[in-house]
Amino acid sequence: MSLVELHAIHKSFGALQVLKGIDLKIDEGQVIALIGKSGSGKSTLLRTINGLETIDDGTIMVAGKKVGDHDTDLLQLRLNVGMVFQQFNLFPHYTALENVMLSPQVVKKQSKGEARKIAEEMLAKVGLSDKMMHYPDQLSGGQQQRVAIARALAMKPRVLLCDEVTSALDPELVNEVLAVVRQLAEEGMTLVMVTHEMRFAREVCDSLVFMHQGRIHESGNPEHVFASPKTPELASFVGGLAG
Amino acid sequence: MAYQFDFGAILPHWKLLLDGVVLTTELAAIGAVAGVGLGILGAWARTARTPVISQLVGVYVELIRNTPFLVQLFFIFFGLPALGIKLSEFQAAALAMVVNLGAYSTEIVRAGIQAIPAGQIEAAQSLAMNRVQIFRYIIIRPALKKIWPALSSQVVIVMLGSSVCSQIAAEELTFAANYIQGMNFRAFEVYFVTTGLYLVMSILLRQILKVFGNFLFERRNHA
Repeated sequence: MSLVELHAIHKSFGALQVLKGIDLKIDEGQVIALIGKSGSGKSTLLRTINGLETIDDGTIMVAGKKVGDHDTDLLQLRLNVGMVFQQFNLFPHYTALENVMLSPQVVKKQSKGEARKIAEEMLAKVGLSDKMMHYPDQLSGGQQQRVAIARALAMKPRVLLCDEVTSALDPELVNEVLAVVRQLAEEGMTLVMVTHEMRFAREVCDSLVFMHQGRIHESGNPEHVFASPKTPELASFVGGLAG
Repeated sequence: MAYQFDFGAILPHWKLLLDGVVLTTELAAIGAVAGVGLGILGAWARTARTPVISQLVGVYVELIRNTPFLVQLFFIFFGLPALGIKLSEFQAAALAMVVNLGAYSTEIVRAGIQAIPAGQIEAAQSLAMNRVQIFRYIIIRPALKKIWPALSSQVVIVMLGSSVCSQIAAEELTFAANYIQGMNFRAFEVYFVTTGLYLVMSILLRQILKVFGNFLFERRNHA
């Protein structure tokens, strides 16, 4: 059984059909990249996995449990599914350390000492042990994003969703964040990422999912998908990136 | 013949003025704490998913913001006894101030809440926080920080508005001033001094709110 199973997911915003029947299985330890043009539905799909977007039809199973739309279901789901955002979304009134400690303390009811130990560990993992007492606005974008990753990891999720985590960064800061994501992938973390970093996706991911007009148009091993796209849409998407 | 100023005529009544200042301060303190508290609750209810609650609060806010404070006060003091709710002058004055400030601060706090970026709330949701936790840990402090100057001004306005409570014989500062003036007919001197007292109280209140705000929103910066 897969860790995450999406079956026949449909989602519309008003008259606009964004997801037109998505089936996707994510196994434990798998690293999956969702690629495609903007408007293809990849971010929406990612956000359905932790319930930030409700679905109109279909089923989502996480760790063998069907996800409903009750609040308690969602909270349970989100304990298993972490997320990192394009805009970092750190809490501005807390230090880096407090950002990471908050949820383990208030949601998982960990003691302060326990939460702090885990937070320090996670911040060390993303290379920010020396910035723990800094507030978000005292950190660069790359550092903020690494704190956001540490914050998600401190909840010990079984799968981490990454929504264009480098798209808001200055080019020279992209690599420090990708390095952290790469490290997570190597450690066996289950990752689902929406990304425009094709080279990175190719190197790090087990599977590439190309979305087009609300459907999974093509998917498979990255080397394979990049080298010989089966559909003209993917060919033109890959070609457009190369050119 | 020119008016002969005699500020000394007030001196014998200093105790009355002081009592008035104390009562005004008490009213302001109750009004500020309970009114802002009510405002935070109201703002929270305004964001509730149950439309009925949100609409009820909306009616309360519009009702209070579109009627005079004096009429609200009269309604509470003279009107409510018809329903068997009899309040003392002080209780009625305090209640009127709380209800009045509660409505204004609901709107002010709501503006602060709406200014919180949606991404902050999504981040908190994705960390499995529930609605109460998100409000308490993520929303309220940054929201209050954004609107603290506006909220402070409203608290000062309501403190000054307590002078209206003299009309139901709540013995606050304006009541004391009216009373003294009625005894010695020194209207200029009495209201001159009273004006000065209100001015000092306003300035002090603003300073207290500023210091409290600084404390509340201070960065315990170890960086």
